[in-house]
Amino acid sequence: MTPQDSTSTGSVPTTTTPAADVPPPAPEPLADERLAHISATARLMRRPEIGALLAAIVVAIFFWTQNSLFLKLDGIANWTDVASTIGIPAVVVALLMIGGEFDLSAGVMTGSAGLMMGILATEVNMNIWLAIVLTLIAASAVGFMNGYMVMRTKLPSFIVTLATFFILQGVNLGVTKAITQQVSVSGIDTAAGYSSANKIFGGSFWSPHDFRITVLWWIAITIVATWVLARTRVGNWIFGVGGDANAARNVGVPVQRVKIGLFMTTSFVCALTGIMIALRLASTQAGQGVGDEFQFIIAAVVGGCVLTGGFGSAIGASLGALIIGMAFIGIQFSGWNTDWRFLFLGVILLVAVLVNNYIRKRAEGARR
Amino acid sequence: MTETIATNGTPLLEVRNVSKYFGNVVALKDISVGVGAGQVTCVLGDNGAGKSTFIKILSGVYQHDEGELLVDGEETKFSSPREAKERGIATVFQDLATVPLMSIWRNFFLGSEPTKNLGPVRWIDVKQAQSTMVGELRKMGIDVRDPDQPVGTLSGGERQAVAIARAVYFGAKVLILDEPTSALGVKQSGVVLRYVAQARDRGLGVIFITHNPHHAYPVGDRFVVLNRGRLLGDWKKGEISRDELIKMMSGGAELDALEHELGRSLDQPAGS
Repeated sequence: MTPQDSTSTGSVPTTTTPAADVPPPAPEPLADERLAHISATARLMRRPEIGALLAAIVVAIFFWTQNSLFLKLDGIANWTDVASTIGIPAVVVALLMIGGEFDLSAGVMTGSAGLMMGILATEVNMNIWLAIVLTLIAASAVGFMNGYMVMRTKLPSFIVTLATFFILQGVNLGVTKAITQQVSVSGIDTAAGYSSANKIFGGSFWSPHDFRITVLWWIAITIVATWVLARTRVGNWIFGVGGDANAARNVGVPVQRVKIGLFMTTSFVCALTGIMIALRLASTQAGQGVGDEFQFIIAAVVGGCVLTGGFGSAIGASLGALIIGMAFIGIQFSGWNTDWRFLFLGVILLVAVLVNNYIRKRAEGARR
Repeated sequence: MTETIATNGTPLLEVRNVSKYFGNVVALKDISVGVGAGQVTCVLGDNGAGKSTFIKILSGVYQHDEGELLVDGEETKFSSPREAKERGIATVFQDLATVPLMSIWRNFFLGSEPTKNLGPVRWIDVKQAQSTMVGELRKMGIDVRDPDQPVGTLSGGERQAVAIARAVYFGAKVLILDEPTSALGVKQSGVVLRYVAQARDRGLGVIFITHNPHHAYPVGDRFVVLNRGRLLGDWKKGEISRDELIKMMSGGAELDALEHELGRSLDQPAGS
């Protein structure tokens, strides 16, 4: 662009018509010629999950070239299994991140929930359904504490939930050892009500391929979260409190309630995931879930969530989880050492953040 | 000074001899200002003059310690910003008005989304929200082609316009604008002043807070100058010239002294 060009764009009239003397017949504004150029591509590029979608396709094709079984139904059943138990928490972690907060205790919460349910079922001989309900209530209480502390102290949620993370990790080990004299809880399948609970939370469907029932939960939670974000008042408020909490408060959004609700939802859904895993395995290790929170956050960020809040999507987080699942299983299918999967995770995260940043800047820049 | 407004009927919003103290600091002392329907009252003052304390009393963030606050001639004390809003007093803060990453329509309806429902399930009526927003902005002379455009991609003036249009749509009778032009360039400031005039023509009372007399003068019906928490003067349009207003605002004599001082230092030879 020559200097003359830039000066001439600078003098382009503003979006408004000249002031009308008579207001009642509303002045018909001149069409803004700058807006005419938004292409369908730019519109698509504005979606937060577009980068994750492209990456998922590339990763799928890559592992398919390594082993054609990867895209057969049996293969798909394999990696959707892994992806689902990352994807279910990742979706709510994404909602929380869009709301401008973090939860580092999300991973260990899956372990705590499995242990609590297991101990209630095996040591207290409680019906498994009652154990599940009590566990979910306890998890919501932890989520409430997280949210309440963050709101009251105005400390970064990163710090508050880091503390929760270590507290839960300590409790998991300490309590489990004290009660079972082991570092695990096993024999959950002997509890009353196990078979019905396992059918709903831990079983499989589509018999020769054995897709996990968690995949259905994952899809359902993704759909609900997407709908909530895009079409409900609460969804609008989540974007608002994450984008600018003060502006949201000024227009009457109950910021505190929204954020505490998000923390509670996160803990609740993470606990549900932990229950699903524990039911399927019929046992839980005391160290279960530690470190998983980073996979949830990676999935959310790969899916287009911004660390500062106010931008992101639930479908994106699901696609991020899908990529992680494909990578974990794809590396096995390709016959490589599975130790490489963490390197893969790191690279995917870095690439995703760079690509998302680039896409977002372009999408916004194309419309100035 | 209340009688100047009485000619336009009861002021929509008025303060009489209001004072505000923070401990032993006198933030505002004996301030009397009002605004009627279809009027623009400009509140001018330099930094530290008490403008923001004044806005916060009008918008319900602070309660005044002395004097009276009247809405439609009826004495009131706001306990919260929400209460002020319910009485039709909308405040548009300079930077805190909109969420940049959200689309225009989402911003417009944030906190007051129109919903449809099927039994207990409620959702936002997106079509209606979008068309209402486009229509309301059109009334202000802005053509929004794409309601999904993020507010952050709008210019500063247009962002203020979205906030003003929103306040008007949600039934504001009095619009308090906190330095709406201070971060804007010359042309964008002109755009915002046009919106102020449009809101006035639609029958709203506007309290326009600024430290720029050049922006206040063309649009104001009444000018109130604050200095160090006190009322320095109160003029109707035509009672004061633009130059006098500038002089009053910047503390008259102080400016003369500054001019003198700067002038002398410039006269000195560069070599010494």
